[in-house]
Order: sequence, then structure tokens, then C-alpha cells
Amino acid sequence: MATSSEEVLLVLNEVRHLKRDGSLYLMTERLAWQDDGKDVFSVSHFYADIKQQKISPDGSSKIQLQILLHRGNSSKFQFVNHDGPPSQLKDRDAAKELLQQLLPRFRSRANKELEQKNKMLQNDPELFQLYKDLVVSGVMTADQFWDSRKNNNSNSKDAGDCPGQGTGVSAAFLSEIQPQADGCNGVKYNLTPDIIEAIFRIYPAVKKKHLENVPNNLSEKEFWTRFFQSQYFHRDRINTGSKDLFTESAKLDEKGMKEEAAKAALNPFLDIQALTDKSLDDGYGAKTDYVGSADQVNSSIVKHSTSIILDSTSSSATNALSKLIPNSSLADKDTTHTNHVNNHNGPSTSTSAPSSSKRARLQEAISYKDLKSHSTGMGVSLKLQRTEGYYHGPMPAQAGNMVSPEEILRAVHVVQRDMHEYRSNQSKLPSRQTAASVLSELSPGGALMGGSSQQPMHTLYGNDLQQEISRMYVALSELLRHFWSCFPVSNKTLEEKLLRMKDTLQQFQAKKLIPFKESLARQHLQPNLTDHLDDLLDTAFRKFASWHSKKTGRGLT
Amino acid sequence: MKLDVDGLDVLFPYEFIYPEQFMYMRELKRSLDAKGHCVLEMPSGTGKTISLLSLIVAYLLKHPLELTKLIYCSRTVPELEKVVEELKLLIDYYEQETGEKSNILGLALSSRKNLCIHPEVSREIYGKAVDSKCHSLTASYVREKREKDPSVPVCDFFEKFDGFGRESTLTSGVYNLDDLKDAGKQKGWCPYFLSRYTIGYANIVVYSYHYLLDPKIAELVSKELSKESVVVFDEAHNIDNVCIDSLSVHITRRSLDKACNNIDTLKKKIDRIKDTDAERLKDEYKRLVQGLRDASAARNTDAHLANPVLPDEVLQEAVPGNIRNAEHFLSFLSRLVEYLKVRLRIQHVVSESPASFLKDIYNKVCIERKPLRFCAERLHSLTRTLQLTDIDDLSPVTLVANFATLVSTYTKGFNLIIEPFDDKTPTIINPILHFSCMDASIAVKPIFDRFQSVVITSGTLSPLDMYPKILDFRPVTMASFTMTLARSSICPMICSRGNDQVSITSKFESREDIAVIRNYGNLLVEISCSVPDGVVCFFTSYIYMESIVASWYEQGIIEKIQKNKLLFIETPDAAETSVALHNYHKACENGRGAVLLSVARGKVSEGIDFDHHFGRAVIMFGIPYVYTQSRILKARLEYLRDQFQIRENDFLTFDAMRHAAQCVGRALRGKTDYGIMIFADKRFSRADKRGKLPRWIQEHMKDSLLNLSTDEVVQVSKKFLREMAQPFRREDQLGHSLLTLEQLESVDMKKKLDQTIHHN
Repeated sequence: MATSSEEVLLVLNEVRHLKRDGSLYLMTERLAWQDDGKDVFSVSHFYADIKQQKISPDGSSKIQLQILLHRGNSSKFQFVNHDGPPSQLKDRDAAKELLQQLLPRFRSRANKELEQKNKMLQNDPELFQLYKDLVVSGVMTADQFWDSRKNNNSNSKDAGDCPGQGTGVSAAFLSEIQPQADGCNGVKYNLTPDIIEAIFRIYPAVKKKHLENVPNNLSEKEFWTRFFQSQYFHRDRINTGSKDLFTESAKLDEKGMKEEAAKAALNPFLDIQALTDKSLDDGYGAKTDYVGSADQVNSSIVKHSTSIILDSTSSSATNALSKLIPNSSLADKDTTHTNHVNNHNGPSTSTSAPSSSKRARLQEAISYKDLKSHSTGMGVSLKLQRTEGYYHGPMPAQAGNMVSPEEILRAVHVVQRDMHEYRSNQSKLPSRQTAASVLSELSPGGALMGGSSQQPMHTLYGNDLQQEISRMYVALSELLRHFWSCFPVSNKTLEEKLLRMKDTLQQFQAKKLIPFKESLARQHLQPNLTDHLDDLLDTAFRKFASWHSKKTGRGLT
Repeated sequence: MKLDVDGLDVLFPYEFIYPEQFMYMRELKRSLDAKGHCVLEMPSGTGKTISLLSLIVAYLLKHPLELTKLIYCSRTVPELEKVVEELKLLIDYYEQETGEKSNILGLALSSRKNLCIHPEVSREIYGKAVDSKCHSLTASYVREKREKDPSVPVCDFFEKFDGFGRESTLTSGVYNLDDLKDAGKQKGWCPYFLSRYTIGYANIVVYSYHYLLDPKIAELVSKELSKESVVVFDEAHNIDNVCIDSLSVHITRRSLDKACNNIDTLKKKIDRIKDTDAERLKDEYKRLVQGLRDASAARNTDAHLANPVLPDEVLQEAVPGNIRNAEHFLSFLSRLVEYLKVRLRIQHVVSESPASFLKDIYNKVCIERKPLRFCAERLHSLTRTLQLTDIDDLSPVTLVANFATLVSTYTKGFNLIIEPFDDKTPTIINPILHFSCMDASIAVKPIFDRFQSVVITSGTLSPLDMYPKILDFRPVTMASFTMTLARSSICPMICSRGNDQVSITSKFESREDIAVIRNYGNLLVEISCSVPDGVVCFFTSYIYMESIVASWYEQGIIEKIQKNKLLFIETPDAAETSVALHNYHKACENGRGAVLLSVARGKVSEGIDFDHHFGRAVIMFGIPYVYTQSRILKARLEYLRDQFQIRENDFLTFDAMRHAAQCVGRALRGKTDYGIMIFADKRFSRADKRGKLPRWIQEHMKDSLLNLSTDEVVQVSKKFLREMAQPFRREDQLGHSLLTLEQLESVDMKKKLDQTIHHN
């Protein structure tokens, strides 16, 4: 593996992995560890494969970093800088922070892939079975399996699934950041990249602050400490300092809310201010108005929910443009929404849009669908290019080729006459007796049919067995398909694949077919059920052997 | 289809009809025939408006001499726009059926804010600012000035309208607010004044309550409407409060201070005018000597709608001598303001009748009743004479003058309360004078007297007999219609206890109980995870909601709700609430689902519909009793007991239940809609409460649903939702809750129909 082609972002020496000393490399696309004694990476993980990083708690004796992969396995690195724990800690934090920045970038990609695979498996039970047979049982690795599927799917992918809607943020995401008391008058927040991403999505103002201040003015950790201390996070609670990093953000949020209010006014049915026609002046009316208390909890909840719904609609709005939504009314709503977003800069153009949308809303509000008759629904208008075809049924393409009734009659006569005069030439045929005997021999019970029983297959064997066999066939034919697709072996990669496929086939034989045969034997069933499978495998192996001998022979010459 | 309603041919613009719509028309026709008033309750979503319009339009066409006009009053701007839109549908159908253009003219009227097309004025956000700016461009003396000095800005649209608009009238048709604006833009006429002028001869007028009920506006707008009209109050379940609001006044220390400033500015103006244009003041004096004869003449010809603020005596008599002179009047006003200031300087609550107030003011500052009565009129005359453009600034002194007129005019049905501080903040001195109307019938009486038929209708008017009592009129028909349903698409139930069997109630003694709050929270959490899309909750008051939300925060319930759905809350800030609603809708649209916490009697509960997926479940947390410790309410209750023999408790329960019904009714807006209604208070199960719910809700409240725990509620709602998820086709409805013309005319249907109506 060539290291020279990749940019190394960070190298940390004296990192122990599986009790061996080495150095940890963080590169643009992957993380790797090299044994001190060797010059190849013995551990290498692509960031996209990494699910999570974990660090040892502060008080523990070993300073460790654990990398959890999506596949489920993990690698643990221990930092053993000889300068002592403080510098070990520094090393670890350096690695951790870099990973923290790098991982989210790859995460979305990885997640999407995983999701897609998962979806494919769920939608296609056969594929799922194949996956179980081949991957779970260890015949193939997951990567091999998906690699082999890739070609097939690349076509269907374009047609099949449209770009999905982005996953929204849970409304309760802030509650997941539960402060934990650490026992000595302090609290600790556990932040995962997911939560950070959610905070950024929901509060763009915080993201802006983050970009401005980290890492120039503040470290990552400091930034979040301030965030949690700030009234921005605790704005519903009693706030102490007014001078802090996030007051501006709160103001920005306020502004955002006002813009939202302007947008909300576009729907006349929801604009409470415009609801009443003539409000009573100050001093008139029976009751004094309720004066809102200084309670900010409620409005902060509204703000919170608003930002979340804004996030989800804005992300879906961008998708909606490229997406065909079957439900037309839904599409309307989505597009009008995007219109508003687009028109935001040019309000002059959108003056007519609100009134027409208002009219539509009014119409919708007053219509009683069940009172109308069915026919009012607009039918699809039929556009005919050649109406005569519609009125007279299918007609021959060219009227000139029409056959007259007399001609038809004459043709019939000719055929009848021919049939009448027909004499077969039977000299080449077997005699009647031979034919009959062959027929009887070939019928169930006949001599030639001795190998097979008289009963049809499906009554002979149980359902389970049949399924088992069909599964075997599916799996094997899938493998064979790959195997045979390697011929003719024109280049190196095909050759590699061929070798791999041969191994896979052998594994299949060893792990699947032979146990199956044994189980058949145990059930006292005829082992010839698998004869055909064996044949298939034998043919493949023979082909491989001949190719191999040819190749080695060529290699020798 | 063409219906035959007791001999009247009615064109109904749909192929099918709900049975209750037909019955509604029949009852309505009876009261029109009798030229009397009626009270009709029909659930929302059963096409009340279109039945009303169809029948009345047919009646107008058939009997053009007996009935000339329909005045349709609704509560909110979107509501009245909807009405006009339905009217359009109907008129289109008429034209399509008869093949000729109908000569019905219908239009909407709204405030200047919704109609102004002046490029600068219409940019104002607040209605008051628009009014004031408009006034500064269109007042008669501004236009007079313009004649001398062309640089004075006026409104082109108004000028054009004034020039040509009155001669060439609007062609027949139906005009919504936007259509009026378009027509205005096209012709260059002011839509607001065009509309105000046109309602005089239009066949159908749609506007909001205030234009008829608030004497201050009614005087300007509605005084010339003909007697042969039918007035419809839609969504009339709150009409008594509107009446009371329109005649009540409250004055704070601050408004008195401002009134003082106003008087000072007026004084300065007068001094200046004296130097320059003394003639004008003399003219005014002469006019006042002559009295308000003109107005009185107008009333005699019955062109006026009787104005309760301007009683008959005021019109017949001349303005009393001591306030005829402008300066004298101002000193009179400042004496009045000073007196009020002294009255506000108190340590304890004072409650007195208008009569004793008048006596006291006479004893203390020698102000008699008679000049007080002319206060409002005199001030109006003064502002006209002084040619003040920005009337907006004068509102504090106008308020004081209006108060003076009211207090000296009405000795009965009103009450005066002076409180040194707000009940909620007993430590802060904030004196306030409430002059409150206790009798809703005072404001509405002129309307019942004047117009030939008045229709009071709404989805929730139960118990029906209460309205004639508190509005003091005698209806010829009172009827309540149920909703015929092919499937039981509403699921009302009473949740009386939590899973821990602690009964839940918003009763004053136990509302702060932590167990009650937790049980409320758990109910919402459970519902939010089993009901799809939108869930709306109503609390009894803002304060209660705030305290509950705060405790839910601490108990972690908010987070649990947020895990299931997004949470939105109504706040007293209207702009913020609009945003919350807007996003609530978005959240329901995109499938994420949302919970809206709202307040009974709030703006949301009275103006926003939660149809279909916007409100699959409504939870009413507690019984929305009005704040019973308020002195104004106590006085009103006392008055109702003495005058109308309505017991306090009856009225309070009635008031609470109509609001509860209004809240839960928000979720169901049609027969294809469905919704769960949860009444979360054990007191709801008592017969006296339950019996006051509208019949169409009561019918579906089975005995087994009256005393449920949270778990049981969730079970019932899950089952209900599964049932509702089954396909629902027209065939299921047809013949039962949906009728064709043939079915309607069949004999046994006639019998069946009679069962859907309940007369009181």
C-alpha cells in the first residue's frame, strides 16, 4: 500500500496496538497503524468504515483510543509516550480532535451506503437469503458480496430510488445531552459528533460562531463549554452574564423568527393578527388584556420547534426540486414553499402569488367534496392523432394491400386441395412398433426411466428440503455466474477475480454442499439429488484446471 | 339541484345534500315567513353557510318586496371571505342554471387595513395607523384646503371615487375583498369607500360583527341599511361578549394623563384659531345652538339605526349652554379628567352604580348629568371645527368623553368598578376604572328592534334557551340539528383519572397538585405517541398553561413529548403565535406530527380550524371556567340573576361548556373528517356539565366513555383510529347522511328527517 500518494495529516509515535509498539498515522481518507518493526500498515481503517471513536475515561491508568467499526470489530490504541501521562494525553487528544473533525465528513457517505444496502436487502428477500448464505456463513466477505452486486445495481439504481429525504433532527435532541454530575461541583456533557451536527443544523448561528472562533480563538472544548454555560442554551432558565459569546446568536435567532412571522402572514387563515377585523381601541372593551409574564419557556419551546421544522423543510425543499412526488397536491405545497424561499429576495415579484394561493385556500376551505357528484372531476382528455383508427378499430396499415373476400376464398380452396393431396414421405421414420416401445420405455415405469421414481419430485421431498435445494441452486448459480463471467481471462483483475472465485467455489463446496449431502444421507435420502450441483461444480473446476494448466504452461514457455 | 322547501324553489349548488341542511333551510324559511328571529344550532362542517345563502338568496328573488337585503355578520376576516366565496359559488350556479346573468350584488366590507390600495397608507401594519393616515388624506377640511392649496396631499383614489364612483355604481356580481381591491385599482376608486357606499344598495352584505354591534362604528357604516333585511350572526356563540365589549370602557391613570395632554393641545389650537379664524368658532357655536336637529330628523324618517350611545334626548335637545363655547367645553373636560384622577387615587376597591357616580360628580365638581351626555358629540364637533387631521392622537380624550356619555346615559345594566391594583399583582399600584356593561341586550336591542329577521346561528349554541334570555329577545324558532353520520367519526370521551387512579381535574384546590399535573402530562405523552399527525390541547388559561409547562419541563415530560412530535405553544404575542401555527401546519403536512398547546378563549380557539390531519385529537385540560374572582364578572352574575333569573352557577357552567365545545369542535370540520375529543377533567362526567354540550357531541358520548383512565383513553382512541382508517366511500353515506334529490323527496325520508331536529 503506497503511503506516498496520501497526505499524512498527523503522525503519532509510541502508540501501542495489540501490545506492540508502533505509530499511528491519520491520513486524508484513512487511519493506519504501523508496527515499528515493519514497513507496512498492519491496521488500516477507512474513515468511512469507522462508526465511533471512544476514549478512556480521564482517571484511568491507560490512555487509550478505541475505534469502533461499522462491521462490529474494533481496534484499541494505547498511547505510551515516554514523557509521561500528560503528553500521552496530549497525543490522544490530538488524534481525537482530528478524528472528530474528519469522521462526520465521511459519516454521511458511509451511512448512506449502509442504508442503501440495508434497504436493498429488505426489499429483496432472495438477495437477503443469498446474503445470508454467502456472507453470514462466511463463504464470501461482505465487501466481495457487494462488489459483485455493484455492477448489476448501477443500472437499476438510477431508475429505482430517488434521492431520499434527509433525516430530520429529533425534537428532543437537546435533552439527550444530559449533564452528568462528576461528583465535585461540576457537570459534564457528553457530546457526540451527531449531537454537534444537530446543534449546527438547528442553530445556524452557533455554527457561524463555531466557524469564526474555532480554532483561532478557542479550542473545540472551550467553545462547547461556553456554549453550555451561555444563556443561549439555558435561555429558558435564569441567566447570569449578559456579556457572552452567544448573545448575538440569540439576536440572530430573533431576527429569524421575525422573518418567519412575515412568511407566516402569507397564509391568511393562520395570521392571528389579521384575524379580527376591527380590534377595540385601548380603553374599550370589558376586560383588560392579559399581560404576558416574563416567562420565556414557552416561546423558547416554540423557537426550538420552529428551527427544527425549518431545518427539515429546507432540506426537503432542496430535494423536492429534483424529486417527482406522486401526490400532486403535496407537490404543489412543496413547490409553493420553495417559491417563497426563492422569492424571499424579491418581494415585488411575489405580490400576485399570495392572492392566488389565498384564493386557492379559500376554495379548498369551502368545498364540500362529498356533496359534489363524481362527474365534476376532470377526466383525462384523449388526444387522438388518427381518429379513424379509434372509430373503426385496427386497420391494415395500407389500404392498397387489402385482400378481397374472393381472394381469401380462393386461398382456402388451395389449402384444402393441398391437404387432400398430401402424402407423407415416411421412409426415414422408425417403424411404428419401435416408436411405441421407445415411448413406453420413456414413460414412468419404463426401463429408461428406472433411475427416477414414478412419483413427481415435489411430492417426494418435504418442503424444507425443496427450499434448501433451491437456495443451494440460487447461491451456487450466483457464484458460478461470477466464475464464468471471468472468461476469457483477458487482464490481471479478471485473473485475480477468477482465482478468488475458484476459492469461493471450493469453500462453497466444503462449507455448504458437503454438509448438505451429509444431512441428506442422515435423512436416508438419495444422494443423487445433488448430482447436478456436483456436475456444475466439476465443470467449473475442470475449466479452471484447464485454464490453469494452460496458463502455467504458457508461463513456462 | 333544485329543492322545494315548503313551497319555495331553492337552487342548491351541489348534486347531493345533507339531510340536516334541508331541515335547516326549512326552519330558516319558517322564521323568515314569520318575520321573526331565530336561533339555530348546526354542527360546523355540515354546510351551514351554503344552506343559509341558498335559502335566503332564493327568498330574496321570490319575495323582493318583503325581503330586500341580507346582512351577514361573521367574526373573523377569513370567515367572511369564505362566506363571500360560497356566495360566488351559489351565484355562478344560478347563472349556469337560469342561463342569464343574475342581478344580485353581494360584497364584503372590512376595515381600511384590508381594503386600502393607497401605495403609502396600505403599507402600515396596524389598523389604527391606516385609519388615521387615511383620515388625514380624506377628511373634508383637508380636501377643502386642497382646493386653495394644491400642494396639500390627498388620496387620489378617494378623490376619483368621490368624483365618479357614486354615479356609476358597481355592476351586479359578488365581490370579495380582493375583488374590491382589483376593481378599485382598475377604476382608480378607493375600495373601502366604494364598499361602504355600495352596502347601501347591495343585496348581500358580508361584514364583521362590529359594524353592526359596536355603536361607534355602526353609526358610521350601518345606519342606512333598510328595515326589510335579514341579519345573520354566524359563529354567534360569543355574541353576548361582543355586545358587552362594545359598550364597556376602562380608564387607567395613564390614559387620563394622556387625556390631559390632549386637552392642552386642543386649548392651544383654539387659541391659535381665535387669532386667525374666529369666525369658524362662532359658526360652530351657532350650529350647536340650533342643536342636533339634523340627526334627529334623520331618525324620524327611520333611516337611522338607533344608536345607543346617542340617545334620543341628545338629538332632540340643543347642546347645553355651558359647553357650547369651545373654551368652556375644554375647561369642563379638564374638570372631568381631574375628578376622575381623584377617584383613581384610592386604596381599596370601589364598586358603584352609574347613578351614584353621577351624584358624586355633581357634589364634588358640580358637573351635571346633562352636559355629560353631550360630551362625545360635542368633542366630535370640536375636532371637526378645529380641522384636526390626526384623530388617532386624540383617542384618550375621546375615550373619556365616550365614557362620560355612556355613564350619564345608562343607569341600568352598567356598573362602575375602581380597582387600585391588578388582582395578579397586588403590590403594584395600578388604579383602573372599569365601566362595564353587564347586559348584552343593550347593544343588540336596536338590531332586534329594527331588522325584520335576525338569525343567530353557530355550531355550538347549547343550551339554546340561554341566548334568548341573555340577549332579551323572543325567537319564533329555536332548533338544534344533529349531524347525521354514516360512521361515528367523532370520539368524545372523558378522561377522569390517570393511570395511578388519581382523579384529574383543574379544580382550583387541586390544580397545582403535582399528581394532577403529571397525569395531564402522561395523558399527552400517551396520546402523542398513539395518534398520528396533529394533536391540539387547550388549557383553561395562559397562567395555568405556563405553570403546567414549567412543571412538565422539570418532570421531563416536555422531552418525552418532543420525542414523539414537535411541540408548539400559543403565547399572548400574536405574531409569535402566528409563526407557531404556521410551523405547526408545516409539521403536520410533512408527516412529522405536532402538538399545539393552546388556551381556551384564546385567539386560536376562536378563529383557527384544525380540520383533518391538523387536528386528529383535541385534549381539553380542565373545564375552561372564566376567572371567577373578577369583580366585573361578579357584578354581571348578580345582574343576570336579578334581571333574567339566571343562576350564577348555570351561567358559569354554560359559559365554560360553550368554550369547551368550541375548542373540541375545532377538530371536526366536515363529514369526511374525524377526530378524537378528550375532556380531561372528572367534572365533565357530571350530568349538569355534560348536558350543556351540544347535542351532536353528546350523542356520541356513550356511557362507557364517561369515566376513563389514561390507559383506557389510549385503548379507545387506538381502536377508533383503526376504524377510521377503513376506506370510506360515498356509497356508505348515500341515503343516510347524504341524499340525492329523489331520496330527499321520498316519503319515509321526510319522516326520518324530522328526527334530526330538536326544538326547544
